[in-house]
Amino acid sequence: MSVEARGPDMFEPGLSIELLRQMVLIRRFDELAVELRLADRIYGVVHPYIGQEAIAVGVCANLRATDRIVSNHRGHGHCIAKGADVRRMMAELFGRRDGYCKGKGGSMHIADFDVGMLGANGIVGAGLPITAGAGLAAQLEGGDNVAVGFFGDGATGEGPFHESLNIASLWKLPVVWVCENNHYAGDTPIESALAAGDVAALAAGYDMPGVIVDGNDVLAVYEAARVAVERARAAEGPTLLECKTWRHRQHALRDAVAPDRRPAELIAQWEARDPIQTFEARLIERGVLNADQIADIRQSIELDLGDAVAFAEASPFPAPEEALDDVFAR
Amino acid sequence: MPNLTFAAALEEAMAEEMRRDERVFYMSTSPPAGLLQEFGQARARRMPISEATMTGIAVGSAGCGFRPVVHWRSVTFSFMAFDQVVNQACKIRYMFGGQRDFPIVFRTNYSTGARSAAQHSQTGYALYAHLAGLKVILPSGAADGKGLLKSATRDDNPVVCFEPSRIDPFEEEVPEGDHLVPIGVASVKREGTDATVVALGYMVYPSLAAADDLADEGTNAFRGISVEVIDPRTLVPLDVETIRGSVRKTGRLIVVDESPPTCSMASEIAAVVAEDWETCRALRAPVQRVCTAAVPIPYSPPLEDFVLPDQARIGAAIRAALAY
Repeated sequence: MSVEARGPDMFEPGLSIELLRQMVLIRRFDELAVELRLADRIYGVVHPYIGQEAIAVGVCANLRATDRIVSNHRGHGHCIAKGADVRRMMAELFGRRDGYCKGKGGSMHIADFDVGMLGANGIVGAGLPITAGAGLAAQLEGGDNVAVGFFGDGATGEGPFHESLNIASLWKLPVVWVCENNHYAGDTPIESALAAGDVAALAAGYDMPGVIVDGNDVLAVYEAARVAVERARAAEGPTLLECKTWRHRQHALRDAVAPDRRPAELIAQWEARDPIQTFEARLIERGVLNADQIADIRQSIELDLGDAVAFAEASPFPAPEEALDDVFAR
Repeated sequence: MPNLTFAAALEEAMAEEMRRDERVFYMSTSPPAGLLQEFGQARARRMPISEATMTGIAVGSAGCGFRPVVHWRSVTFSFMAFDQVVNQACKIRYMFGGQRDFPIVFRTNYSTGARSAAQHSQTGYALYAHLAGLKVILPSGAADGKGLLKSATRDDNPVVCFEPSRIDPFEEEVPEGDHLVPIGVASVKREGTDATVVALGYMVYPSLAAADDLADEGTNAFRGISVEVIDPRTLVPLDVETIRGSVRKTGRLIVVDESPPTCSMASEIAAVVAEDWETCRALRAPVQRVCTAAVPIPYSPPLEDFVLPDQARIGAAIRAALAY
């Protein structure tokens, strides 16, 4: 059965500051992406990660460059936490040649294979088999690298979720399954979609640990992921982490903000537990950072993001006929 | 040259490629004993019946530098994995801007004429050929099967290998050594001057028989008809020039495809001939498609035989083109 993971009370200042910096960078990147999309400066659809930052950051802080992650449609946070360059991410949102995918992917298909980010993915649940493939690759390579698959609660309704958990456990693949349970798949509440009360409870059927984590507490996520990653590196097999969280914005955004149909009391309850605000308060309370230092971190992030937008806008659009490149190797 | 069955030639190709490149590994719900024995369970992997995940494992591991082979066994089962093909394998290189190659071989048989009824009797290859980003091969004999499968394993792209079940037991001579057949090159199985028959997979055999009969007929107006039979061998990329060149020579095209006609490879081949000005001008008769009736394949022998193309229907289509 699932167990509750709790974060350590004490934490190392350097790590904590970096966790905060990454969470704020992700928050501000996506707030900017929403703003740019509403202003029609970028295109298509954006799935904001706002509110879920503690999960990508807390998990990826346990990973090396040679570990691999697979993301989903809400992927900007995973990219940043795994070490992708926000300038090339932004250029991709702008559809420019210097974007990670040379303008062919956009928000839903950012990848940076060089940092082990094997791609965002627009199909719910489709990343799990790919994660299992990355896990098998790590196992066949014979080192102690791991693969991490990020997915939402909605993915638990897909067959490949169950197939992939089964195979990963059967073969003891070095995989950490990270379910970001934000309680709503689109506008469907999880209790209308999943028979088991908790996603983590499903782990028992696949003979792996299932762990429930407060997904808005970056230290709790960090600690639970540390245990799961160590288990994977030790060839003991996969773990299912269920990180309970909340997205602050709508599921997907084009050029308009839609009314939020989720219950007002739930919205208020979760937004009072904002992962960044609560972590900042803890850091101040512990004397790790003061308000001025936090303002400096935020200021430096604004400069980086301004630079990213400038980089993106300075990058040319691809020539139209480049649409015909990259289908096949050579 | 040793005689090998189609099935044995394909297994030999697999073993040779796994020996040659240790990044190649094989996944199937029933790996052949020979592969298991030689390469062990790590590289000849026995899979649960989880086609979608098997296929996604191939995508993920290919993105990490491996060269997986997924044996779906039957095209019928491959549809359980369709998302991983349609939305992942064939698009992933492109949508990530070519950051990595995805060298994957998908092997699948298809069954027709085996009294297997609707779900287990279909070709399916047109569905895969339609997707930009996949190569599709369709060998019709042991030598081509071995040579094409070996080329597919060395290709840096996802390649789907369609294997007609009806030819599994057919034996032919297979060249020894590192026998490769290039992807994208058609084979002229029989030269002729009066009509071009493009036949896919197993349909090569009744088409050759029809061509032989028409050449031999001694008592009617069609005596001495000289039919060219082309096996494209690769559906994507299609060897358009060989087909167009033949039609410019003969002026007549009959396409034989044991699939329903709508959006079929037969339609595609007809289109690439018709849309080329010089080839179109050379046509002396309307293009004929000999396809399966647009119904799910029935079980009972007289019913199945009625809907599938056969030598008689192929011969009749050739005669019709000549009589135009």
